[in-house]
Amino acid sequence: MLDLALKGRPRYWIWVSFLITMIIIGFICWMREHHVGAALTTGLSRDVSWGFHVGQLTFFVGVAASAVLVVLPYYFHNYKIFGRIAVIGEFLAVGCVLIAMLSVFVIMGQPSRVWNVILHPTPHSIIFWDMVVLITYLSLNLLCGWTILHAEKKSAPPPKWIKPFIYWAILWAPSIHTVTAFLYAGLPGRPHWMTALQAAHFLATAFAAGPSLLIILSMIIKKVSKFDPGQQAINKLAEIATYALIIHLFFIGLEFFTAFYSQIPDHMAALKYLYVGYEGHTGMVSWMAISTLLAFTGLLIFIFPPLRKWNVTKLIGALCIFFSIWMDKGFAFVVSGFIPNPFDKVTEAWIALNEFLVAAGVWSVGALVITVLYKIAITVKEKAVFDKYGHKQIVD
Amino acid sequence: MITRRDFLKISAFASLIGLGGSLSIEALEKKQGPQVLKDLKALKGKRWAMAIDTRKFKTQEDFDKVIKACHKAHNVPEIINPLHEVKWIWTEDYEHSFPGTAEHYISKEVKERKFLLLCNHCDNAPCTRVCPVKATFKREDGITMQDMHRCIGCKFCMAGCPYGARNYNFLPPRDYIKELNPEYPTRMLGVVEKCTFCNERIDRGLLPYCVEASEGKIIFGDLYDPNSEIRKVLAENIIIRRKVELGTQPMVFYII
Repeated sequence: MLDLALKGRPRYWIWVSFLITMIIIGFICWMREHHVGAALTTGLSRDVSWGFHVGQLTFFVGVAASAVLVVLPYYFHNYKIFGRIAVIGEFLAVGCVLIAMLSVFVIMGQPSRVWNVILHPTPHSIIFWDMVVLITYLSLNLLCGWTILHAEKKSAPPPKWIKPFIYWAILWAPSIHTVTAFLYAGLPGRPHWMTALQAAHFLATAFAAGPSLLIILSMIIKKVSKFDPGQQAINKLAEIATYALIIHLFFIGLEFFTAFYSQIPDHMAALKYLYVGYEGHTGMVSWMAISTLLAFTGLLIFIFPPLRKWNVTKLIGALCIFFSIWMDKGFAFVVSGFIPNPFDKVTEAWIALNEFLVAAGVWSVGALVITVLYKIAITVKEKAVFDKYGHKQIVD
Repeated sequence: MITRRDFLKISAFASLIGLGGSLSIEALEKKQGPQVLKDLKALKGKRWAMAIDTRKFKTQEDFDKVIKACHKAHNVPEIINPLHEVKWIWTEDYEHSFPGTAEHYISKEVKERKFLLLCNHCDNAPCTRVCPVKATFKREDGITMQDMHRCIGCKFCMAGCPYGARNYNFLPPRDYIKELNPEYPTRMLGVVEKCTFCNERIDRGLLPYCVEASEGKIIFGDLYDPNSEIRKVLAENIIIRRKVELGTQPMVFYII
């Protein structure tokens, strides 16, 4: 089937070339970091030792996990509306897990030693488990998506042996994000991260940001190809994102209550830093203000059915939710965990240009994989006018 | 009938299984533990601990002697920018050494004192728990060791340490060593390093550099030995530790 990705219109090749260029730029920047050191190429410091890349890991694991939102209803409850979109979700998960894994890889100060993680397996370290669950999830989604698409290409029902793998992937999705939350939630000196709510909160944000991205991608697919992932499916995704977003905002409220009603300084500090500034340090306040504003704009759009269903506002809403959560989870959440530092002093952090370009390279790897997989999936789907339930899936 | 495609699939799977099998057999066969003879002169202790008599440190020179002895011997790079500096032992004021527990109405003299900070060699160390490659680990005598040559530079231990005792080499460390001590290894870019209670000295029967340079202001010994000097000073003085409430059981005590 891979050959299907080798035939495309000029705009397909322009997009692929753009991604490859970004990957090369990212690679050069990454090499530069290992020549001159992270002092000059990242916004990190002795006090804030994790930043943008770890944020990207956290965020994209979530987006990957959210594939379960189309896979579970479709395969487990036979929810037909998601029939056409399921493979789109699975392939999105493949690309996002890849972004997540590469985002951890690029933070390594000694990348050539990374095999030590396998050579000296350490079950009491969460990074070890993160590697295990992410590799498994990547393989499962690739296997399930590919096998089912292959059957579809041959106009045959999917093989029976794939079922257990699908159920395994469904169980695995929440677990990958739980493990990611455990990276943070078990550290004694970081009160902002140390909340039992962490995994649940991560899942809530994932289930808002993931479907939002899937909505955006589905709309792009509909625009650039003849394949229609289905208006009903897109509307349903928007509904799911709305609920998840409300839960996310509710959880933020819970964090505020626990911190400010208990009045424990360690628990209030990071929240103050994020939203109003802490001891005169306001580096993240406008960033978080934008994130919050986007979240509420997205909520306002998605909570009213006419706005949620109209494609123009739907796209705006999905973009708002996606970027709101990306800003929060993809950077602010990580940095604020280090504020104040163990000496009750504040060192702020930002994103260096070199660091951003490395991240852009990492996104491009994910985007390239998603592009190739989508190209294959769309080409297969375009060949059949009707989906397996007899609904028209081709727009002329 | 087996098609060419099926044959390739089967042989690919078979070779994968073979590879996995041989790797797991190798892992099982691996011998555990260090394979070196111990020095007969090595200091023997079940749980090394340190008591810093903060009353006896009077002048800046008192601190400088201790810090320099350590940093010089261990080839610690001298980086001026506090964002990226590397320090194994350093000073901090009372308020910032004990955030959360510092007493506002304590005597002015204590408030103005400086405190030597270093790795606490926690009995229940979070850094060793989070390290994915066992580059930081507990020795039997309680030392929280750091293998700077196995470290992959993931910085998880820096997030895990509640004491800010860990340093990442943000800059090529060898460029910032003024006087090289050929007896101790230098490090490379992108690894984490910190105080190791001078394991290399303990194993040869010597006290840590800082203890030696302090001329009696720092007491080092076996916490599990009821007759040790450190147990005596801990019992006879008012002592505090940093962030005891976290359950990490720091092994560095401050006499105030």
